[in-house]
Amino acid sequence: MPEASAPAVALEGVAKKFSEFVALRGISLSIAPGEFICFLGPSGCGKTTLLRIIAGLERQNAGTVRMAGRDVSELPPALRNYGIVFQSYALFPNLTVGRNVAYGLETRRLDSGAIARRVDELLAMVGLARHRDKYPAQLSGGEQQRVALCRALAPAPALLLLDEPLSALDARVRQSLRHEIRELQRRLGVTTIMVTHDQEEALAMADRIVVMNAGQVEQVGAPAEVYRQPRTPFVARFVGQMNFLRAVASSRGGWARVGSTELQHQPGFAAPPNSAVTLAIRPEEIAVGPSAQGAANALTARIAAVQFLGPFTRLALAMESDGETSLDCDVAATAFTALKVGEGAVVPIALAPEALRAFPAASAS
Amino acid sequence: MSTPAQTAADLPDRVIRHRVSGEDALRWTLVAVFATVLGLFLLYPLAQVLWRSLLDGEGRFIGAANYVRYFSTPAIAASITNSLFVSALSMVVTVTLAFGYAYALTRTVMPARGLCRVAAMLPLFAPSLVQALGLIYVFGNNGLITRTTGFNVGIYGAKGIVLAEVFYCFPHALLILSAALSATDARLYDAARTLGASPLKTFLTVTLPGVKYGLVSACFVVFTLAITDFGAPKAIGGKFSVMATEIYNQVSGQQNFSMGATVSVVLLIPAVLAFLVDRVIQRRQYALVTSSSKPLVPEPHPWKDRSLLLYCGLIAGFMIAVYAVILVSSLVQRWPYNFTFTVKHYDFDTAGGYHSLWNSIRVAALTAVVGTVLTFVGGYVVEKCRTAATGLLYLLSVLPVSVPGMVLGLAYIFTFNAPGSPLNLLYGTLAILIISNVIHYFTVGFLTATTALKQMDAEFENVGASLGVPFYRTFWRVTVPIALPSIVAISMYFFLNAMVTLSAVIFIVAPGTELAAVAVLLMDDAGDTAQAAAMSVLIVATGLVVRSLYWLAMRGVTARTQAWARSVSFLPEETT
Repeated sequence: MPEASAPAVALEGVAKKFSEFVALRGISLSIAPGEFICFLGPSGCGKTTLLRIIAGLERQNAGTVRMAGRDVSELPPALRNYGIVFQSYALFPNLTVGRNVAYGLETRRLDSGAIARRVDELLAMVGLARHRDKYPAQLSGGEQQRVALCRALAPAPALLLLDEPLSALDARVRQSLRHEIRELQRRLGVTTIMVTHDQEEALAMADRIVVMNAGQVEQVGAPAEVYRQPRTPFVARFVGQMNFLRAVASSRGGWARVGSTELQHQPGFAAPPNSAVTLAIRPEEIAVGPSAQGAANALTARIAAVQFLGPFTRLALAMESDGETSLDCDVAATAFTALKVGEGAVVPIALAPEALRAFPAASAS
Repeated sequence: MSTPAQTAADLPDRVIRHRVSGEDALRWTLVAVFATVLGLFLLYPLAQVLWRSLLDGEGRFIGAANYVRYFSTPAIAASITNSLFVSALSMVVTVTLAFGYAYALTRTVMPARGLCRVAAMLPLFAPSLVQALGLIYVFGNNGLITRTTGFNVGIYGAKGIVLAEVFYCFPHALLILSAALSATDARLYDAARTLGASPLKTFLTVTLPGVKYGLVSACFVVFTLAITDFGAPKAIGGKFSVMATEIYNQVSGQQNFSMGATVSVVLLIPAVLAFLVDRVIQRRQYALVTSSSKPLVPEPHPWKDRSLLLYCGLIAGFMIAVYAVILVSSLVQRWPYNFTFTVKHYDFDTAGGYHSLWNSIRVAALTAVVGTVLTFVGGYVVEKCRTAATGLLYLLSVLPVSVPGMVLGLAYIFTFNAPGSPLNLLYGTLAILIISNVIHYFTVGFLTATTALKQMDAEFENVGASLGVPFYRTFWRVTVPIALPSIVAISMYFFLNAMVTLSAVIFIVAPGTELAAVAVLLMDDAGDTAQAAAMSVLIVATGLVVRSLYWLAMRGVTARTQAWARSVSFLPEETT
């Protein structure tokens, strides 16, 4: 039954409840061999529960888990052939780095020479060879997490599970470890599932992102796809920054009114005339200044606040035609300086129609 | 895509079961063994006591008639009010005295704090009746003070019991209050000072609220210790009968087992109540001290430090004096008349003599081994092998602390001295004494074990499972080494308590299995007070030697673990 082309992991209708709380509402998903997948979502969305069900550490109420074509739903964790890295590292404090990495090998009837070679090879890969005889407490957080990674990979598992592996680390270490994990994963070609609530991390690392919310999958796609074409307002809000505008569908197809202004939005969305819709645009997609003049969906707005954020400047814009609606707009710091305006100034802006997404209003809350 | 489940009702309640592996079988076996031990040696014997209290002397069911008789016979019923009175008074006096003492130890830079701490721990090394004996040697009819001044304070009775209980319970209260007073946040005191609060106001608004749970806990522990204690009231109570001695009188004196069982059941009530209330209150205590707390560093206050030194010196002096009196009286011809040095009292001629001391050491050592293994594996089973029985097993594990030793001992007579029962084989052996001690002191060992286990990363077992390593291997290679300080502390606790306990073993010692603490009681009863003192000295000395060995072993463990443990702070310092 198992064939070479079988997905590395296939989930079918996986559902889980904790007494009355439904954590997963029937998740189906297929992961190709060698893929790096991120489960992304806010806390409580079910992403960690899903990972633990795949690992066999949690048992689902319904649905099946397949690995390489084999139904593992009823297998205990030890028989599923995966390695896992936890947020807390969970390194054994009383064993040296080397013994930690060797932990899964020692029950596998390998001779000690083979174990030692494998341990050295793995530690060398993450640049920790000289720390082999130290104890975990003597290493930094980032180093400990790399040891945990080696330990999980030592028995050469078919699947690597990462449960928020970078969340406990400080920002700088997190950045470098992102690259390192991704490089290692590419080199070994091991199918990897990582759980994270950090959208930036997911965008930077994943081949495909599974955006989850309230026990359901909102969207599955490559990072650029999820970022550029969010399928739901939730995805739009959760991945990256997004401005939402309350609007009313116009009688002209592909247009909607915000206050008294009629705006053209992305094609492909239709709503009955005069029904409520939500328009969305990212802060960096709003054009400000002379370049906005004469463009499609050109408006004027007052700069209500200016926030300097290093490489770019964030403007809070109040739309002139409709004082209620405010928009965040990111302008490159140099471009903002060139504009020579400040708080209170009225500037032309443009909401490019190809960037202006439209969603049904009901689900935008 | 299948339709997603919208509500919990759309999903089956059953989870998809994993195939049963050999490891699961082993886990369930452990759960079953643990449940059997608690069922057979705790629940079943207690049920026997309950049942026997409803029977008459011939074994006929008579309902509540024993209880009616108990409450309507003034001579016996008085034991209830007597017990409540001396226990409540002991509680108030002990906790008050111990609070000042603990404050001096933890919140000041008073000199000689280490010496004071050690002196206050002395009562942990002696059976409770040794305190009473010491008091009798000073204030009794033939006591030192009575003889030299001609003034008899009338130590026999409530007065003596309360005084002896205060000595006996003092270290327990001190340990709890010291822990409570140590766990504080210096920032609260900084805040109080910047707001201009007076020392009194700071004490009332910061210090007291911070230790209120510790105070409540100390009160319950002392009350329970006092009301369940047998040794002190037996030795110094005279005609003043309390419930623990009443059980003894009914069972040993009058052979009235039904009435013994009845008093036992009534004695269970205040002990269980105190325990339940304490549990409920302790559950509310959360995060008084967070990881960002700043420890309070006491500063010198010459006047305060000196007066507290005087206070602590007085209490420590009394503690040491009691033991000095015991030591001296065991080494002189005839206390308090002839102070010529002699060792003849160590040449025991009654109550088993050195054989009983040797028995005690063997029982204590085996209790330490069996108790440690059982509480630690039991704690592991309850913490890590979640089954439907987990809640019940936890409850059974924390129950023994509220079962008075006398009640457990009587329960064991009913269970193990029943004609025709296979359990009879255990009667009259050292094994039954060990089992009785293990169960009697089970709760503290169990809670120490679960606390240590809870402080470990919950994912250790999951990491092991994901790597295909069986759980018992991870238990042996990771869990046990990390918990080693706690494991050593648990064994120490079992050893010392098994050395000094009287109440849990008094009913089940048999010819050939005499114990040292029981020997002290018998020698004192027989009027061999000097030999009783000598045996007490040997018990205390054994405890001190073992405690010193433990201290050395702990230093070894700490040195060995220092390499990998940045802190083993969960070590319950001085649980013994």
